[in-house]
Amino acid sequence: MEHSPPPFFKRGPAPLVRLAFFASLSFALLVLDARFRYAEGLRSVLALAVYPLQVVATAPVLLAERISAYFGSQSQLKEENTALRTRLLEASLSAQREEAARAEATQLRRLVGAAERLPVESTPAEVLYNGRDPYSKKVVIDRGAQHGLKLGSPVVDEAGVLGQVTRVHAMVAEVTLVTDKDQAIPVQVLRNGLRAVAFGGGASGMLELRFMAANAEIQNGDRLVTSGIDGTYPPGLPVASVSKIERDAAYAFARIACQPAAGVDAGGFVLVLSQDAKRSAYPEDAAARAGKRPGKRKPRRKDGAGDPDAVR
Amino acid sequence: MQFGDMPTEQRILLPVRASTILGSFAVALLLNFLPWRNIAVVPDFVALALAFWCVRQPRLVGLGAAWCLGLATDVGNGVLLGQHALAYSLLAFSAITLSRRILWFSLWGQSLHVAAILMFAQAVGLAVRLATGADFPGWSVAIGPLVGAALWPVVSSLLLIPQRHPAEPDPTRPL
Repeated sequence: MEHSPPPFFKRGPAPLVRLAFFASLSFALLVLDARFRYAEGLRSVLALAVYPLQVVATAPVLLAERISAYFGSQSQLKEENTALRTRLLEASLSAQREEAARAEATQLRRLVGAAERLPVESTPAEVLYNGRDPYSKKVVIDRGAQHGLKLGSPVVDEAGVLGQVTRVHAMVAEVTLVTDKDQAIPVQVLRNGLRAVAFGGGASGMLELRFMAANAEIQNGDRLVTSGIDGTYPPGLPVASVSKIERDAAYAFARIACQPAAGVDAGGFVLVLSQDAKRSAYPEDAAARAGKRPGKRKPRRKDGAGDPDAVR
Repeated sequence: MQFGDMPTEQRILLPVRASTILGSFAVALLLNFLPWRNIAVVPDFVALALAFWCVRQPRLVGLGAAWCLGLATDVGNGVLLGQHALAYSLLAFSAITLSRRILWFSLWGQSLHVAAILMFAQAVGLAVRLATGADFPGWSVAIGPLVGAALWPVVSSLLLIPQRHPAEPDPTRPL
């Protein structure tokens, strides 16, 4: 004869069994997400569910900002107005000069038969919040796929390149900052046109030029702009300025630290650039040409970050 | 220990309502999504609320709730799917395992236990990130759990308010 416990003793599976179940579920998700990137569909569905909470969380802060702006004192507003007017004058001056220079450049390019540079379209967006993740440098902006954002678009603020859109949800998008450890951006020294790749420094909040020869022609205070060689970032945007160079005879490469130009840790408004660049295709891999592995290229992109492969 | 020692909560509480639990989790998620300036010192409010309910109501709030909250946190923060889910599952498990013990301590004694639990969850997250190739972000990651544990007395008295009896000035009332 079989005895079963009365129903009020039934407590489901033992806690350890439950723990094993949920832990293995988490591990499966981790592997799927980190190794194979299969979990994006699930992520976008969940992101839509979390979106209202995000909006509600940021709303009081925005409201407080608006209220304090409303009650901002007259003198403060006047001061700000004057400062903005000065900046507008300066900007319009440089814009006029740039217009002339651009016309000239277009003419010259037409003369030598080079492809014309396409105008860059931009979408203004506001930084909702900094990522809570201490291991990566990300911000979330309030524009998403519904506003026409595309994966991989560069993001700039008024001072320079901020980062790159690395994940697009319906209403929000994640921007990986140039200081993220996995982010790389091809740059050029403004002074002499030397090309390099700037990698994020991670927790230090700096950028790093790796694989530059110890005797490379680079000095403190050099300004770095995007080289545009990757077809992702339009050329000529300020990225960083060189702040520290260590040349050690024991190493083949110099250690070069750079201070990012954009306010990577400050919130505010940003521009998401989109450029339908008429970029010519990359040359085929040597291996693919040899017919060893036809059409099989290992995707090496991590987090959709700026691809160091692009600079070759 | 003297015979007759009671858990610190001597009063008999009303049964908890599901809306209280759900509401507290929603508020915790909200607090986590607030645009904090310095995230290093901000505790993980979801972890704190989860630890509270796992200690107080281990039969109602368990690993399933922890896992779902972890997934929501993962998506909201844009980190690897499963990182917080794993950390919160382990947190819920340790909180449920310790739940019978914790309530016998004073509020500050409880918060020492909670510090250990929150630190453990943070360490799980750290291990996951280091395994997937992130840099060690510095010892500031340990500040958040300590602040969270320091908030434990406040949080636990706040979250118990809905379960307290209304003040009845009846001296003949047995309880």
